[in-house]
Amino acid sequence: MNMRLYLVQRGTALLMMPLIVGHLVVIFYASSRGVSATEILGRTTGSVGWAVYYGAFVVLAAAHAAIGLRTIAMEWGGLSDRAASAVMWGAGFLLFTLGLRAVFAVIAPGSLA
Amino acid sequence: MTLADARADNPVKFPDIEVAIWRGSEDGGYRTYRVPRQASQTVLDVVTFVQRRIDPTLSYRFACRVGVCGSCAMTVNGRPRWTCRTHVSNVVEDDRLEIAPLANLPVIKDLATDMSRFFEKWQEAKGVHVPTATRHDPIPTISPLETRRAAANAAIECINCGICFSACDTVRWNADYLGPAALNRAWTLANDARDGGHAARLPAVAAKGGCHACHTHQSCEQHCPQALNPTASIAGLKRLTVEAFIRGELT
Repeated sequence: MNMRLYLVQRGTALLMMPLIVGHLVVIFYASSRGVSATEILGRTTGSVGWAVYYGAFVVLAAAHAAIGLRTIAMEWGGLSDRAASAVMWGAGFLLFTLGLRAVFAVIAPGSLA
Repeated sequence: MTLADARADNPVKFPDIEVAIWRGSEDGGYRTYRVPRQASQTVLDVVTFVQRRIDPTLSYRFACRVGVCGSCAMTVNGRPRWTCRTHVSNVVEDDRLEIAPLANLPVIKDLATDMSRFFEKWQEAKGVHVPTATRHDPIPTISPLETRRAAANAAIECINCGICFSACDTVRWNADYLGPAALNRAWTLANDARDGGHAARLPAVAAKGGCHACHTHQSCEQHCPQALNPTASIAGLKRLTVEAFIRGELT
């Protein structure tokens, strides 16, 4: 792994930590208080705050996981640098797209229909 | 009376050890020998017994026999060990030993591996002291209490046995990886105030296959016969390289 990829992966991990804690707190809050899906969507729809929160989460997770998959592709799959980088960009794009789609689904429900 | 004492008093009462030793090169196989048990017997004693008394064609390496030279490392019952300091009583399972050459290195013959790759990695990691003074200069005074010297001292007692290289998963998966021993050496030099090779060493250990490839599995620390912690040394190199990158000294 080169220096830049190492820094991006460690940096994204660092930034994701408070987001993960916040995400877990939200899950526990929603499940313990019995908040329904409709109520959750009522709070997230049109919320810039939640859009930024989960949008940032998606970008960070996509970058972090893609770099990890690149290493796995090289070490366990025996792929070359170039092929592993292709896996990284492909996986990153896929995670980014799917993640962003999920964010849109709670911020602007109906926009993907 | 302990079991060890009992064996020492009356070794004939105890069964021989069945020793499976790797014979041949990469595509070789195990051959089994029976070796009499002795008190305080080491694995190296067992291998030596086989070569001297049973099969003189067996190839293996050793030199000092006292844990200093680092040349007798082998895989014993699946784990890399220094055989001269490994007592049979501590590793034997059901009166059986399986002895193979070190993993992650090409086998030349039997228990002797080609360690070129291991030592080439030391060169690639710039694990060589670069002097900054001549013999005519005064000897610098360095307190052993200095933080950098203490860090170097904690990692300096490597005997180049190759056990960490053999135990490392990343070495097995990544042919470019410099390995725990070479990076540990680079860390000791990076903390040596007398060394002048820092500028060349940091890019070498930050390159592809350098310190950032370590997964922190800590097999090196687990198996190091000198009880060193190369993983901690590698973590130190990660810190140094990140600091240098932030300062713009690494691209």
